[in-house]
Amino acid sequence: MTATFLLEQMLNGLQFGLMLFLLAAGLTLVFGIMNMINLAHGSLYMIGAYLAATAVGYTGSFVAGVLIALAGTAAFGALLESSLLRRFYGRDHLSQVLATFALILILNDGVRMIWGPHAMLVNVPALVSGPIELLPGLHYPAYRLVVIAVGLLVALGLYLLVVHTRIGMRIRAGASNREMANALGGNISGLFTVVFALGAMLAALAGAMLGPVLAVEVGMGESIIILAFVVVVIGGIGSVRGALIGAIVVGCVDTFGRAFLTTILREFSSPTVADNLGPSLASMLIYIVMAAILFWKPRGLFPAQA
Amino acid sequence: MSTLLEIESLETAYGSSQVLFGIDLKIEPSQVVTLLGRNGMGKTTTVRSILGLTRARGGVIRFKGEAVTARSPSDIARRGIGLVPEGRQIFPNLSVKENLVAFASNRSGRAQPWTLERVFELFPRLAERQKNMGNQLSGGEQQMLAIGRALMTNSELLIIDEATEGLAPLIRVEIWNCLKALKAMGQSILVIDKYIQALMEFADHHYLIERGQIGWSGTTADLEAQPELWEKYLGV
Repeated sequence: MTATFLLEQMLNGLQFGLMLFLLAAGLTLVFGIMNMINLAHGSLYMIGAYLAATAVGYTGSFVAGVLIALAGTAAFGALLESSLLRRFYGRDHLSQVLATFALILILNDGVRMIWGPHAMLVNVPALVSGPIELLPGLHYPAYRLVVIAVGLLVALGLYLLVVHTRIGMRIRAGASNREMANALGGNISGLFTVVFALGAMLAALAGAMLGPVLAVEVGMGESIIILAFVVVVIGGIGSVRGALIGAIVVGCVDTFGRAFLTTILREFSSPTVADNLGPSLASMLIYIVMAAILFWKPRGLFPAQA
Repeated sequence: MSTLLEIESLETAYGSSQVLFGIDLKIEPSQVVTLLGRNGMGKTTTVRSILGLTRARGGVIRFKGEAVTARSPSDIARRGIGLVPEGRQIFPNLSVKENLVAFASNRSGRAQPWTLERVFELFPRLAERQKNMGNQLSGGEQQMLAIGRALMTNSELLIIDEATEGLAPLIRVEIWNCLKALKAMGQSILVIDKYIQALMEFADHHYLIERGQIGWSGTTADLEAQPELWEKYLGV
Protein backbone atom coordinates (compact mmCIF):
# COMPACT_ATOMS: atom_id res chain seq x y z
CA MET A 1 0.00 0.00 0.00
CA THR A 2 1.81 3.11 -1.17
CA ALA A 3 1.20 6.77 -0.52
CA THR A 4 0.33 7.41 -4.15
CA PHE A 5 -2.29 4.65 -4.06
CA LEU A 6 -3.74 6.17 -0.91
CA LEU A 7 -3.84 9.60 -2.52
CA GLU A 8 -5.43 8.18 -5.64
CA GLN A 9 -8.15 6.53 -3.56
CA MET A 10 -8.72 9.78 -1.71
CA LEU A 11 -9.30 11.56 -4.99
CA ASN A 12 -11.63 8.77 -6.10
CA GLY A 13 -13.54 9.04 -2.84
CA LEU A 14 -13.78 12.81 -3.15
CA GLN A 15 -14.99 12.57 -6.73
CA PHE A 16 -17.62 9.97 -5.88
CA GLY A 17 -18.64 11.98 -2.81
CA LEU A 18 -19.07 15.20 -4.75
CA MET A 19 -21.27 13.50 -7.33
CA LEU A 20 -23.32 12.01 -4.51
CA PHE A 21 -23.60 15.53 -3.13
CA LEU A 22 -25.13 16.77 -6.38
CA LEU A 23 -27.84 14.14 -6.01
CA ALA A 24 -28.25 14.50 -2.27
CA ALA A 25 -28.49 18.31 -2.32
CA GLY A 26 -31.72 18.22 -4.32
CA LEU A 27 -33.03 15.26 -2.38
CA THR A 28 -32.42 16.84 1.03
CA LEU A 29 -34.08 20.12 0.01
CA VAL A 30 -37.14 18.39 -1.40
CA PHE A 31 -37.32 16.09 1.63
CA GLY A 32 -36.60 18.87 4.12
CA ILE A 33 -38.78 21.63 2.69
CA MET A 34 -41.66 19.82 1.05
CA ASN A 35 -41.50 16.81 3.41
CA MET A 36 -41.61 14.73 0.24
CA ILE A 37 -39.77 11.46 -0.28
CA ASN A 38 -38.93 11.44 -3.95
CA LEU A 39 -37.60 8.03 -4.93
CA ALA A 40 -37.71 9.19 -8.56
CA HIS A 41 -34.89 11.65 -7.94
CA GLY A 42 -32.57 8.98 -9.37
CA SER A 43 -34.66 8.98 -12.54
CA LEU A 44 -33.86 12.66 -13.02
CA TYR A 45 -30.19 11.71 -12.75
CA MET A 46 -30.75 9.07 -15.43
CA ILE A 47 -32.64 11.46 -17.67
CA GLY A 48 -29.85 14.01 -17.28
CA ALA A 49 -27.31 11.38 -18.32
CA TYR A 50 -29.33 10.33 -21.37
CA LEU A 51 -30.04 13.90 -22.46
CA ALA A 52 -26.35 14.75 -22.11
CA ALA A 53 -25.22 11.68 -24.03
CA THR A 54 -27.62 12.52 -26.86
CA ALA A 55 -26.91 16.24 -26.88
CA VAL A 56 -23.16 15.69 -26.84
CA GLY A 57 -23.61 13.41 -29.85
CA TYR A 58 -25.66 16.02 -31.74
CA THR A 59 -23.65 19.10 -30.94
CA GLY A 60 -20.22 17.49 -30.84
CA SER A 61 -19.44 19.65 -27.81
CA PHE A 62 -19.34 18.16 -24.33
CA VAL A 63 -20.00 21.46 -22.58
CA ALA A 64 -22.93 22.33 -24.83
CA GLY A 65 -24.34 18.84 -24.35
CA VAL A 66 -24.16 19.07 -20.58
CA LEU A 67 -25.78 22.52 -20.55
CA ILE A 68 -28.64 21.29 -22.75
CA ALA A 69 -29.12 18.34 -20.40
CA LEU A 70 -29.25 20.67 -17.39
CA ALA A 71 -31.85 22.93 -18.96
CA GLY A 72 -33.90 20.00 -20.23
CA THR A 73 -33.94 18.15 -16.93
CA ALA A 74 -34.70 21.30 -14.93
CA ALA A 75 -37.67 21.98 -17.21
CA PHE A 76 -38.80 18.37 -16.92
CA GLY A 77 -38.45 18.56 -13.13
CA ALA A 78 -40.51 21.76 -12.94
CA LEU A 79 -43.20 20.17 -15.09
CA LEU A 80 -43.21 17.00 -12.98
CA GLU A 81 -43.48 19.02 -9.77
CA SER A 82 -46.22 21.37 -10.86
CA SER A 83 -48.34 18.73 -12.63
CA LEU A 84 -48.01 15.70 -10.39
CA LEU A 85 -45.76 15.70 -7.34
CA ARG A 86 -47.16 18.76 -5.58
CA ARG A 87 -50.38 16.82 -5.11
CA PHE A 88 -48.45 14.48 -2.83
CA TYR A 89 -46.89 17.00 -0.41
CA GLY A 90 -49.83 16.74 1.95
CA ARG A 91 -50.03 12.95 1.72
CA ASP A 92 -48.27 10.48 3.98
CA HIS A 93 -44.85 9.14 3.14
CA LEU A 94 -46.17 5.75 2.05
CA SER A 95 -48.26 7.33 -0.72
CA GLN A 96 -45.25 9.38 -1.79
CA VAL A 97 -43.03 6.33 -1.91
CA LEU A 98 -45.60 4.37 -3.91
CA ALA A 99 -46.22 7.19 -6.35
CA THR A 100 -42.59 8.02 -6.95
CA PHE A 101 -41.70 4.33 -7.23
CA ALA A 102 -44.36 4.07 -9.93
CA LEU A 103 -42.72 7.07 -11.54
CA ILE A 104 -39.37 5.24 -11.58
CA LEU A 105 -40.95 2.33 -13.48
CA ILE A 106 -42.71 4.65 -15.91
CA LEU A 107 -39.62 6.75 -16.56
CA ASN A 108 -37.40 3.67 -16.95
CA ASP A 109 -39.75 2.28 -19.58
CA GLY A 110 -40.09 5.69 -21.16
CA VAL A 111 -36.32 5.97 -21.50
CA ARG A 112 -36.17 2.43 -22.86
CA MET A 113 -38.77 3.33 -25.50
CA ILE A 114 -36.91 6.45 -26.60
CA TRP A 115 -33.28 5.38 -26.36
CA GLY A 116 -33.52 1.58 -26.61
CA PRO A 117 -32.37 -1.11 -24.18
CA HIS A 118 -28.64 -0.78 -24.72
CA ALA A 119 -26.30 1.27 -22.62
CA MET A 120 -24.99 4.45 -24.23
CA LEU A 121 -21.34 5.26 -24.15
CA VAL A 122 -20.11 8.82 -23.88
CA ASN A 123 -16.55 9.70 -24.77
CA VAL A 124 -14.47 11.73 -22.41
CA PRO A 125 -13.91 15.12 -24.04
CA ALA A 126 -10.63 14.99 -25.97
CA LEU A 127 -9.05 17.88 -24.10
CA VAL A 128 -9.15 16.03 -20.79
CA SER A 129 -9.02 12.42 -21.99
CA GLY A 130 -5.48 11.68 -20.84
CA PRO A 131 -3.98 11.29 -17.42
CA ILE A 132 -2.22 14.08 -15.59
CA GLU A 133 0.85 13.50 -13.49
CA LEU A 134 -0.14 15.13 -10.21
CA LEU A 135 2.90 13.97 -8.31
CA PRO A 136 5.89 11.97 -9.48
CA GLY A 137 4.45 8.49 -10.01
CA LEU A 138 0.82 9.56 -9.50
CA HIS A 139 -1.01 9.65 -12.79
CA TYR A 140 -4.67 10.57 -12.43
CA PRO A 141 -7.30 10.84 -15.18
CA ALA A 142 -7.72 14.51 -16.06
CA TYR A 143 -11.47 14.08 -16.58
CA ARG A 144 -11.93 12.89 -13.00
CA LEU A 145 -10.20 16.06 -11.84
CA VAL A 146 -12.69 18.04 -13.92
CA VAL A 147 -15.51 16.17 -12.18
CA ILE A 148 -14.02 17.08 -8.80
CA ALA A 149 -13.65 20.73 -9.84
CA VAL A 150 -17.25 20.92 -11.09
CA GLY A 151 -18.48 19.34 -7.86
CA LEU A 152 -16.55 21.81 -5.73
CA LEU A 153 -17.73 24.77 -7.82
CA VAL A 154 -21.36 23.73 -7.54
CA ALA A 155 -20.95 23.23 -3.79
CA LEU A 156 -19.57 26.75 -3.53
CA GLY A 157 -22.36 28.15 -5.70
CA LEU A 158 -25.02 26.40 -3.64
CA TYR A 159 -23.43 27.67 -0.46
CA LEU A 160 -23.57 31.24 -1.75
CA LEU A 161 -27.17 30.76 -2.87
CA VAL A 162 -28.36 29.24 0.38
CA VAL A 163 -26.39 31.41 2.81
CA HIS A 164 -26.24 34.77 1.11
CA THR A 165 -29.47 35.28 -0.83
CA ARG A 166 -33.04 35.92 0.19
CA ILE A 167 -34.20 32.84 -1.71
CA GLY A 168 -31.66 30.91 0.33
CA MET A 169 -33.04 32.34 3.58
CA ARG A 170 -36.53 31.29 2.55
CA ILE A 171 -35.29 27.83 1.62
CA ARG A 172 -33.70 27.45 5.05
CA ALA A 173 -36.75 28.92 6.77
CA GLY A 174 -38.98 26.50 4.86
CA ALA A 175 -36.74 23.59 5.78
CA SER A 176 -36.86 24.37 9.50
CA ASN A 177 -40.53 25.37 9.81
CA ARG A 178 -42.59 24.99 6.67
CA GLU A 179 -45.85 26.08 8.25
CA MET A 180 -44.43 29.30 9.65
CA ALA A 181 -42.75 30.14 6.33
CA ASN A 182 -46.14 29.62 4.74
CA ALA A 183 -47.94 31.74 7.32
CA LEU A 184 -45.51 34.58 6.64
CA GLY A 185 -46.51 34.52 2.98
CA GLY A 186 -43.41 32.89 1.56
CA ASN A 187 -45.11 31.99 -1.73
CA ILE A 188 -44.21 28.47 -0.86
CA SER A 189 -45.65 26.74 -3.91
CA GLY A 190 -43.58 28.89 -6.26
CA LEU A 191 -40.52 28.33 -4.11
CA PHE A 192 -41.16 24.58 -4.17
CA THR A 193 -41.16 24.47 -7.97
CA VAL A 194 -37.91 26.44 -8.09
CA VAL A 195 -36.29 24.16 -5.49
CA PHE A 196 -37.48 21.05 -7.27
CA ALA A 197 -36.20 22.26 -10.64
CA LEU A 198 -32.88 23.17 -9.04
CA GLY A 199 -32.65 19.69 -7.50
CA ALA A 200 -33.45 18.11 -10.86
CA MET A 201 -30.74 20.20 -12.50
CA LEU A 202 -28.14 19.13 -9.94
CA ALA A 203 -29.12 15.47 -10.38
CA ALA A 204 -28.79 15.91 -14.14
CA LEU A 205 -25.36 17.44 -13.68
CA ALA A 206 -24.26 14.37 -11.74
CA GLY A 207 -25.68 12.10 -14.45
CA ALA A 208 -24.07 14.09 -17.25
CA MET A 209 -20.67 14.29 -15.57
CA LEU A 210 -20.64 10.60 -14.67
CA GLY A 211 -21.77 9.57 -18.17
CA PRO A 212 -18.23 9.11 -19.49
CA VAL A 213 -17.16 7.28 -16.31
CA LEU A 214 -20.10 4.90 -15.93
CA ALA A 215 -22.41 3.38 -18.47
CA VAL A 216 -25.50 5.43 -19.27
CA GLU A 217 -28.23 2.84 -18.89
CA VAL A 218 -31.77 2.27 -17.69
CA GLY A 219 -31.82 1.71 -13.94
CA MET A 220 -28.63 3.66 -13.26
CA GLY A 221 -30.58 5.90 -10.89
CA GLU A 222 -31.75 3.17 -8.55
CA SER A 223 -28.27 2.02 -7.64
CA ILE A 224 -27.16 5.47 -6.57
CA ILE A 225 -30.36 6.88 -5.05
CA ILE A 226 -30.11 4.62 -1.99
CA LEU A 227 -26.65 6.02 -1.29
CA ALA A 228 -28.01 9.54 -1.77
CA PHE A 229 -30.68 8.85 0.85
CA VAL A 230 -27.97 7.59 3.20
CA VAL A 231 -26.17 10.90 2.64
CA VAL A 232 -29.34 12.89 3.39
CA VAL A 233 -29.96 11.01 6.62
CA ILE A 234 -26.34 11.26 7.76
CA GLY A 235 -26.13 14.96 6.95
CA GLY A 236 -29.46 15.91 8.50
CA ILE A 237 -32.66 16.27 6.50
CA GLY A 238 -32.92 19.67 4.83
CA SER A 239 -29.32 20.72 5.36
CA VAL A 240 -27.21 21.42 2.28
CA ARG A 241 -24.07 21.67 4.39
CA GLY A 242 -24.92 18.31 5.94
CA ALA A 243 -25.41 16.86 2.47
CA LEU A 244 -21.94 18.02 1.42
CA ILE A 245 -20.19 16.61 4.49
CA GLY A 246 -22.32 13.46 4.46
CA ALA A 247 -21.64 12.88 0.76
CA ILE A 248 -17.89 13.17 1.18
CA VAL A 249 -18.01 10.86 4.20
CA VAL A 250 -20.04 8.28 2.27
CA GLY A 251 -17.94 8.66 -0.88
CA CYS A 252 -14.65 8.21 0.99
CA VAL A 253 -15.84 5.43 3.30
CA ASP A 254 -17.25 3.48 0.37
CA THR A 255 -14.16 3.95 -1.79
CA PHE A 256 -11.71 3.22 1.01
CA GLY A 257 -13.67 0.19 2.13
CA ARG A 258 -13.57 -1.32 -1.32
CA ALA A 259 -9.90 -0.46 -1.82
CA PHE A 260 -8.39 -1.37 1.52
CA LEU A 261 -10.65 -3.58 3.61
CA THR A 262 -9.53 -6.90 2.11
CA THR A 263 -5.87 -5.96 2.50
CA ILE A 264 -6.41 -4.91 6.09
CA LEU A 265 -8.30 -8.09 6.93
CA ARG A 266 -5.47 -10.18 5.51
CA GLU A 267 -3.30 -8.84 8.31
CA PHE A 268 -5.59 -10.38 10.91
CA SER A 269 -6.94 -13.53 9.29
CA SER A 270 -6.28 -16.12 6.62
CA PRO A 271 -6.33 -14.90 3.00
CA THR A 272 -9.43 -16.96 2.16
CA VAL A 273 -11.42 -15.46 5.00
CA ALA A 274 -10.22 -11.99 4.12
CA ASP A 275 -11.05 -12.41 0.44
CA ASN A 276 -14.55 -13.58 1.28
CA LEU A 277 -15.26 -11.19 4.10
CA GLY A 278 -13.59 -8.08 2.68
CA PRO A 279 -15.90 -7.27 -0.23
CA SER A 280 -19.12 -8.04 1.64
CA LEU A 281 -18.00 -6.00 4.62
CA ALA A 282 -16.99 -3.18 2.27
CA SER A 283 -20.47 -2.99 0.79
CA MET A 284 -21.95 -2.85 4.30
CA LEU A 285 -19.48 -0.31 5.59
CA ILE A 286 -21.43 2.87 4.84
CA TYR A 287 -24.52 1.45 6.52
CA ILE A 288 -22.43 0.65 9.58
CA VAL A 289 -21.10 4.21 9.54
CA MET A 290 -24.63 5.55 9.11
CA ALA A 291 -25.88 3.51 12.07
CA ALA A 292 -22.96 4.77 14.17
CA ILE A 293 -23.59 8.41 13.25
CA LEU A 294 -27.31 8.10 13.92
CA PHE A 295 -26.56 6.46 17.25
CA TRP A 296 -24.76 9.58 18.46
CA LYS A 297 -26.55 12.14 16.28
CA PRO A 298 -30.07 10.77 15.72
CA ARG A 299 -31.04 13.76 13.56
CA GLY A 300 -27.91 13.73 11.45
CA LEU A 301 -24.77 15.83 11.58
CA PHE A 302 -26.39 19.19 10.82
CA PRO A 303 -30.13 18.99 11.60
CA ALA A 304 -32.06 21.81 9.92
CA GLN A 305 -35.28 21.30 11.82
CA ALA A 306 -35.87 22.61 15.29
CA MET B 1 -62.98 52.40 5.20
CA SER B 2 -64.56 48.98 5.20
CA THR B 3 -64.26 46.31 7.87
CA LEU B 4 -60.79 44.78 7.93
CA LEU B 5 -61.59 41.29 9.14
CA GLU B 6 -65.02 39.77 9.39
CA ILE B 7 -65.66 36.26 10.64
CA GLU B 8 -69.13 34.79 10.36
CA SER B 9 -70.23 31.54 12.03
CA LEU B 10 -66.81 29.94 11.69
CA GLU B 11 -66.70 26.22 12.39
CA THR B 12 -63.45 24.27 12.50
CA ALA B 13 -62.63 20.69 13.40
CA TYR B 14 -59.52 18.56 13.69
CA GLY B 15 -60.62 15.33 12.08
CA SER B 16 -63.78 14.26 13.86
CA SER B 17 -63.39 16.53 16.91
CA GLN B 18 -64.99 19.88 16.35
CA VAL B 19 -63.35 22.80 18.13
CA LEU B 20 -65.12 25.91 16.85
CA PHE B 21 -68.93 26.08 16.83
CA GLY B 22 -69.79 29.31 15.05
CA ILE B 23 -67.38 32.13 15.86
CA ASP B 24 -68.38 35.69 14.90
CA LEU B 25 -65.78 38.42 15.11
CA LYS B 26 -65.09 41.78 13.50
CA ILE B 27 -62.06 44.04 13.36
CA GLU B 28 -62.24 47.59 12.00
CA PRO B 29 -59.16 49.42 10.68
CA SER B 30 -56.89 50.79 13.44
CA GLN B 31 -58.71 48.79 16.10
CA VAL B 32 -57.08 46.62 18.70
CA VAL B 33 -59.34 43.65 19.37
CA THR B 34 -58.75 40.88 21.89
CA LEU B 35 -59.80 37.28 21.89
CA LEU B 36 -59.76 36.08 25.49
CA GLY B 37 -60.45 32.75 27.08
CA ARG B 38 -59.07 29.83 29.00
CA ASN B 39 -56.74 27.29 27.46
CA GLY B 40 -58.32 24.84 25.05
CA MET B 41 -61.35 27.02 24.27
CA GLY B 42 -60.40 27.53 20.61
CA LYS B 43 -58.35 30.73 20.54
CA THR B 44 -55.42 29.37 18.59
CA THR B 45 -57.72 27.34 16.37
CA THR B 46 -59.48 30.59 15.46
CA VAL B 47 -56.11 32.09 14.50
CA ARG B 48 -55.19 29.00 12.48
CA SER B 49 -58.51 29.17 10.67
CA ILE B 50 -58.10 32.85 9.80
CA LEU B 51 -54.75 32.12 8.17
CA GLY B 52 -55.95 28.95 6.48
CA LEU B 53 -53.47 26.81 8.42
CA THR B 54 -56.41 24.69 9.54
CA ARG B 55 -59.29 24.60 7.06
CA ALA B 56 -62.59 25.98 8.24
CA ARG B 57 -65.43 23.46 7.98
CA GLY B 58 -68.13 26.08 7.82
CA GLY B 59 -68.71 29.81 7.87
CA VAL B 60 -66.98 32.66 6.07
CA ILE B 61 -63.85 34.68 6.76
CA ARG B 62 -63.61 37.96 4.86
CA PHE B 63 -60.48 40.05 4.77
CA LYS B 64 -60.86 43.56 3.34
CA GLY B 65 -64.24 42.48 2.01
CA GLU B 66 -63.03 39.40 0.15
CA ALA B 67 -63.75 35.83 1.24
CA VAL B 68 -60.45 34.10 1.99
CA THR B 69 -61.84 30.97 3.60
CA ALA B 70 -60.60 28.60 0.91
CA ARG B 71 -57.29 30.36 0.20
CA SER B 72 -53.82 29.04 0.98
CA PRO B 73 -52.01 30.39 4.08
CA SER B 74 -49.37 32.02 1.93
CA ASP B 75 -52.00 33.80 -0.18
CA ILE B 76 -53.97 34.95 2.88
CA ALA B 77 -50.82 36.27 4.57
CA ARG B 78 -49.79 38.21 1.47
CA ARG B 79 -53.14 39.96 1.38
CA GLY B 80 -51.99 41.69 4.56
CA ILE B 81 -52.02 39.57 7.69
CA GLY B 82 -48.86 39.33 9.79
CA LEU B 83 -48.73 36.50 12.31
CA VAL B 84 -46.92 36.44 15.63
CA PRO B 85 -47.62 32.81 16.41
CA GLU B 86 -48.07 30.98 19.67
CA GLY B 87 -44.68 29.65 20.75
CA ARG B 88 -42.94 32.38 18.67
CA GLN B 89 -41.67 29.88 16.07
CA ILE B 90 -38.50 31.74 15.25
CA PHE B 91 -36.47 30.09 12.48
CA PRO B 92 -33.64 28.59 14.54
CA ASN B 93 -31.26 28.19 11.60
CA LEU B 94 -31.57 31.82 10.46
CA SER B 95 -29.81 34.74 12.11
CA VAL B 96 -31.85 37.45 13.82
CA LYS B 97 -31.38 39.72 10.83
CA GLU B 98 -32.29 36.95 8.37
CA ASN B 99 -35.43 36.14 10.37
CA LEU B 100 -36.45 39.76 9.88
CA VAL B 101 -35.66 40.18 6.19
CA ALA B 102 -36.46 36.72 4.75
CA PHE B 103 -40.17 37.45 4.31
CA ALA B 104 -40.11 41.24 4.52
CA SER B 105 -42.26 43.24 2.12
CA ASN B 106 -44.50 46.26 2.02
CA ARG B 107 -47.87 44.54 1.71
CA SER B 108 -50.01 47.52 2.54
CA GLY B 109 -47.90 49.92 0.46
CA ARG B 110 -47.11 52.16 3.44
CA ALA B 111 -45.39 55.45 2.83
CA GLN B 112 -43.23 54.80 5.86
CA PRO B 113 -42.85 51.05 5.97
CA TRP B 114 -41.23 49.09 8.75
CA THR B 115 -37.57 48.59 7.92
CA LEU B 116 -34.71 46.83 9.64
CA GLU B 117 -33.63 50.16 11.14
CA ARG B 118 -37.08 50.96 12.54
CA VAL B 119 -37.48 47.47 14.04
CA PHE B 120 -34.06 47.81 15.67
CA GLU B 121 -35.17 51.21 17.01
CA LEU B 122 -38.25 49.60 18.55
CA PHE B 123 -36.23 46.68 19.95
CA PRO B 124 -32.63 47.79 20.51
CA ARG B 125 -31.89 44.36 21.98
CA LEU B 126 -32.40 42.79 18.55
CA ALA B 127 -29.87 45.15 16.99
CA GLU B 128 -27.26 43.95 19.45
CA ARG B 129 -28.01 40.35 18.62
CA GLN B 130 -28.60 40.63 14.88
CA LYS B 131 -25.84 38.18 13.98
CA ASN B 132 -26.96 35.55 16.51
CA MET B 133 -28.92 32.57 15.28
CA GLY B 134 -32.60 32.37 16.18
CA ASN B 135 -32.08 29.54 18.64
CA GLN B 136 -29.54 31.51 20.67
CA LEU B 137 -32.06 34.06 21.95
CA SER B 138 -33.86 34.23 25.27
CA GLY B 139 -37.63 33.84 25.33
CA GLY B 140 -38.20 37.59 25.53
CA GLU B 141 -35.82 38.29 22.67
CA GLN B 142 -37.50 35.60 20.58
CA GLN B 143 -40.84 37.27 21.24
CA MET B 144 -39.49 40.65 20.12
CA LEU B 145 -38.07 38.98 17.04
CA ALA B 146 -41.40 37.32 16.27
CA ILE B 147 -43.13 40.72 16.51
CA GLY B 148 -40.42 42.38 14.45
CA ARG B 149 -40.66 39.65 11.82
CA ALA B 150 -44.40 40.22 11.50
CA LEU B 151 -43.97 44.02 11.40
CA MET B 152 -41.47 43.67 8.54
CA THR B 153 -44.27 42.31 6.35
CA ASN B 154 -46.05 45.67 6.80
CA SER B 155 -49.40 43.99 7.10
CA GLU B 156 -52.66 45.82 7.74
CA LEU B 157 -53.58 43.32 10.45
CA LEU B 158 -51.27 41.85 13.04
CA ILE B 159 -52.38 38.71 14.84
CA ILE B 160 -50.51 38.24 18.09
CA ASP B 161 -51.10 34.87 19.72
CA GLU B 162 -50.07 34.40 23.38
CA ALA B 163 -47.20 36.85 23.09
CA THR B 164 -46.54 37.06 26.83
CA GLU B 165 -46.83 33.35 27.60
CA GLY B 166 -43.93 32.11 29.69
CA LEU B 167 -42.19 35.50 29.92
CA ALA B 168 -40.92 37.27 33.03
CA PRO B 169 -43.26 40.05 34.33
CA LEU B 170 -40.87 42.85 33.29
CA ILE B 171 -40.57 41.50 29.75
CA ARG B 172 -44.36 41.14 29.62
CA VAL B 173 -44.71 44.83 30.37
CA GLU B 174 -42.19 45.61 27.68
CA ILE B 175 -44.21 43.63 25.13
CA TRP B 176 -47.45 45.38 26.15
CA ASN B 177 -45.77 48.77 25.87
CA CYS B 178 -44.71 47.83 22.40
CA LEU B 179 -48.30 46.88 21.49
CA LYS B 180 -49.48 50.24 22.86
CA ALA B 181 -46.94 52.02 20.69
CA LEU B 182 -48.17 50.08 17.66
CA LYS B 183 -51.77 50.97 18.49
CA ALA B 184 -50.76 54.65 18.67
CA MET B 185 -49.37 54.31 15.14
CA GLY B 186 -52.77 53.10 13.94
CA GLN B 187 -51.88 49.44 13.54
CA SER B 188 -54.84 47.04 13.64
CA ILE B 189 -54.15 44.15 15.97
CA LEU B 190 -55.91 41.00 17.08
CA VAL B 191 -54.45 40.01 20.46
CA ILE B 192 -54.94 36.58 21.94
CA ASP B 193 -54.02 36.50 25.61
CA LYS B 194 -55.06 35.77 29.18
CA TYR B 195 -53.99 38.97 30.97
CA ILE B 196 -57.23 40.88 30.77
CA GLN B 197 -56.24 43.91 32.88
CA ALA B 198 -53.16 44.74 30.88
CA LEU B 199 -55.10 44.50 27.63
CA MET B 200 -57.96 46.71 28.81
CA GLU B 201 -55.47 49.59 28.99
CA PHE B 202 -55.31 49.87 25.22
CA ALA B 203 -57.69 47.48 23.44
CA ASP B 204 -60.93 48.75 21.90
CA HIS B 205 -63.08 45.67 21.69
CA HIS B 206 -63.10 42.27 23.36
CA TYR B 207 -64.38 38.82 22.52
CA LEU B 208 -64.65 36.20 25.26
CA ILE B 209 -64.52 32.66 23.95
CA GLU B 210 -65.81 29.54 25.66
CA ARG B 211 -65.94 26.03 24.18
CA GLY B 212 -65.57 27.21 20.61
CA GLN B 213 -68.20 29.93 20.81
CA ILE B 214 -68.11 33.64 21.52
CA GLY B 215 -69.84 33.95 24.88
CA TRP B 216 -69.67 37.69 25.21
CA SER B 217 -68.36 40.63 23.21
CA GLY B 218 -68.23 44.31 23.86
CA THR B 219 -66.15 47.41 24.44
CA THR B 220 -63.50 47.93 27.08
CA ALA B 221 -65.89 50.08 29.14
CA ASP B 222 -68.50 47.27 29.12
CA LEU B 223 -65.91 44.72 30.16
CA GLU B 224 -64.53 46.90 32.93
CA ALA B 225 -68.01 47.33 34.32
CA GLN B 226 -68.62 43.58 34.57
CA PRO B 227 -65.81 41.88 36.51
CA GLU B 228 -68.07 38.85 36.89
CA LEU B 229 -67.35 38.14 33.21
CA TRP B 230 -63.65 37.87 33.94
CA GLU B 231 -64.35 35.18 36.51
CA LYS B 232 -66.74 33.35 34.22
CA TYR B 233 -64.57 33.25 31.09
CA LEU B 234 -61.04 33.59 32.40
CA GLY B 235 -61.13 32.50 36.00
CA VAL B 236 -59.50 35.66 37.35
